[in-house]
Amino acid sequence: MSTALGPYAAFIVAAYLAALVIVAALVAWIMLDQRYLMRLIEDMEMRGMGRRSRRGEKKP
Amino acid sequence: MSLIDLANPSRFSELAARLLPWLIAVTLLAFAIGGISAYLAPDDYQQGATVKIMFIHVPAAWLGIFAWVLMSVAALGTLVWRHPLADVAAKAAAPIGAAFTLMCLLTGSLWGRPMWGTYWVWDARLTSVLILFLMYLGVIALWRTIEDPTHAARAAAVLTLVGLINIPIIKFSVDWWNTLHQGASVLRLSGSTIHVSILVPLLAMLVAFTLLFFTLHLAAMRNEILRRRLRTMMMIQAQAAA
Repeated sequence: MSTALGPYAAFIVAAYLAALVIVAALVAWIMLDQRYLMRLIEDMEMRGMGRRSRRGEKKP
Repeated sequence: MSLIDLANPSRFSELAARLLPWLIAVTLLAFAIGGISAYLAPDDYQQGATVKIMFIHVPAAWLGIFAWVLMSVAALGTLVWRHPLADVAAKAAAPIGAAFTLMCLLTGSLWGRPMWGTYWVWDARLTSVLILFLMYLGVIALWRTIEDPTHAARAAAVLTLVGLINIPIIKFSVDWWNTLHQGASVLRLSGSTIHVSILVPLLAMLVAFTLLFFTLHLAAMRNEILRRRLRTMMMIQAQAAA
């Protein structure tokens, strides 16, 4: 394989692809984890299980 | 907001939510600048275009090491001050540090094949970085093994501080032993040995990757605070049901 990147273009492209996949996996993991946790917390709050600090708050 | 307020996980979450959009924007801008300068960088007179792998390999190596140092500082926060936010910072950093160390190993391997004629060699630099990766996996496993986050944090903090010994070994391995891996060329007391036309894009990518790390770490810390909040709610629910 010989392109503008020279005879080792496949190695260069593979390295950048590997980096891209790893960063994409990290971003996806963090976003999906946040969505999952928020859903569970909202579900708990809907069932009346609020945060301790909020349960202790005085209503105006 | 005073510094002591940031030590409160809820206040920290609020601040993280405000900071994250800005951090994401600055990170994307830094990658645009770094990416263009890396693309436009000239080929190396010996390595040809494969020098472009350096623009991701070196930042990945830097962040793999940096994340462990950050975890070690957080480990002190856990063991000395017993601060819950220190536990959160350490736990959130471990998978990100592991990912960047894996990136360093993979890109280094793909750089090594055309330059050295082999994907892997058991020299001191490569082996010590592989050990760093395995230690990350060990810390992540430890966090997952112990259910109580406070106990898990202390055990992980001790393991992190023990593992800190590997960081100077990684840094100086190329000086202490004969390695196939090249010696230090960026961080040297006598100055960098890299030509400015390649050093500038490398530094731009280092800044971009470091910003990416802080963005991911802040988001992961916010998730960890949510996880602890959820755990508390579930425990209250279990107590109420009992």
